[in-house]
Amino acid sequence: MEKLIEEFSFGLFFWQLLLFVGLLLLLRKYAWKPILGAVEKREEGIKGALEAAEAAKKEMQNVTADSERLLQEARAERDTLLKEARDIKANIISEAKEQAQAEGDKMIKQAQATIESEKKAAVAEIKAQVANLSVEIAEKVIKQELSDKGKQQKLVEDMLGDIKLN
Amino acid sequence: MRYSFFSKKLVAVIFLIAGFVSAQNQEGEEVETGAHDLKTQIKEYIDHHLLDSHDFNLYSYTTEEGEHKYFGFPLPVILWDNGLKVFLSSELEHGESVAEVDGNYYALYHNKIYKTDAEGTINFGGHHGEETHTEDAFGENLVVDDAHPTNEKPLDFSITKNVVFIMAVALLMFLVFRSMAKRYQKSTMPRGLGRFLEPLVLFVRDEIAIPNIGEHKYKRYMSYLLTVFFFVWVINLLGLTPLGVNVTNNIAVTFALAMITYLITTFTGNKNYWKHIFWMPGVPVPMKIILAPIELLGTFIKPFSLMIRLYANITAGHVVLMSIIGLMFIFKNWIGSPLSFLLAFALSLLELLVAALQAYIFTMLSALYFGMAVEEDHH
Repeated sequence: MEKLIEEFSFGLFFWQLLLFVGLLLLLRKYAWKPILGAVEKREEGIKGALEAAEAAKKEMQNVTADSERLLQEARAERDTLLKEARDIKANIISEAKEQAQAEGDKMIKQAQATIESEKKAAVAEIKAQVANLSVEIAEKVIKQELSDKGKQQKLVEDMLGDIKLN
Repeated sequence: MRYSFFSKKLVAVIFLIAGFVSAQNQEGEEVETGAHDLKTQIKEYIDHHLLDSHDFNLYSYTTEEGEHKYFGFPLPVILWDNGLKVFLSSELEHGESVAEVDGNYYALYHNKIYKTDAEGTINFGGHHGEETHTEDAFGENLVVDDAHPTNEKPLDFSITKNVVFIMAVALLMFLVFRSMAKRYQKSTMPRGLGRFLEPLVLFVRDEIAIPNIGEHKYKRYMSYLLTVFFFVWVINLLGLTPLGVNVTNNIAVTFALAMITYLITTFTGNKNYWKHIFWMPGVPVPMKIILAPIELLGTFIKPFSLMIRLYANITAGHVVLMSIIGLMFIFKNWIGSPLSFLLAFALSLLELLVAALQAYIFTMLSALYFGMAVEEDHH
């Protein structure tokens, strides 16, 4: 210890302190700050780049998922569309069938009705014709029959006889 | 693994013994005194190496005429002795001459500058209970090693070898990190030296600052932590080069560093920190009174331990390393020298690790203390 104190050189201490503090201040201004700043900037840059890459990757995944989803949706859409179309087709066909049936039925009915009415008209005409013919015939017959007085008498008598029966 | 380690150890011990025995057998009685001198010489050389110096010497040798030759360059000496005294250290001639400035005389003694008379007389006080005696400043016939000179010591602000080295390291660090920072302006990717340094900067931030101080508060301490980490590491590493300028084995240097840590801790401490020192929550009142001085003392002991740890580790490493290298000159045979070379080599590798480890520990513990100072109340 005594030797240490004996050895202690105040001049060296003074110079060491002065030079070291000077070096410290100079280096702080001209070296450490720029170096640490640059290193930090670079580290931040790397960190940022990594984060950006990560984000881009995530984005990419999202996009892929999105497109996948869209494709899925499109497929489903197509399927439903096809199904709908098929349904519509079936509907249309069945409707058309029904309509045709109904129309056919209606036409048949109309035809039947027409036929019926025509028949009735024809029957009525025939009846009228028959009546006319009968009347004419009857006129002729009567004319013939009543040309002789006896026959007329007889007729009257028959008729009267019928009434009596009643 | 364990067996081979033990066997290596055994071989090493046998080599050591063999070396001693053969050295003694070969050269006999005469060497004993010579070896003793050599040991003293090596010890002095190590001591000298660990000390700061007023010159920047790369190496020195002694000519056959006994004259010391130095290869290096002188550094300015700045003294405060009733006014600023500035002269070049070459005037002191490595403690072999007296420098005269404005009618005052200064001489070097054990790498410290003392005020002397014109002849360079160093007076020794009877500090260790011995009789007062006078000694030649040039260290001739020096017997008393532990005695303290009583000469006046002027305040020494010299640009010593270590100060030069601190300046060089500071300049190097500034240039390197400035150029690194400039490259970031062009692109945020590290280039060139930044590729090597950025992981270290990030290590200090992610492994030292954030875990100890916390995610939100670490930023204001980053400048200090980074500076102290690189400063201690670089200066420890360069201390291992053949240039061999040890800076962190000066208690003054580690004291300055630890003091900065202490000041930052003290001045950034929040209410919770001081509450834990002076009125520890969650313990009975008598304990609070007992704990307060202990905790207060603790705030000084923490940076003190930082100071001693760095100083002691680096000093010990250098002493051991140089002692092992010194063994080469003591053994002077074909077994001892390769052995001491191998040991020195292995130890050098270990010292490289220690250099980084001490920088890490200093930074880590500083961060830990800062973390304590800004910790929020959890109770």
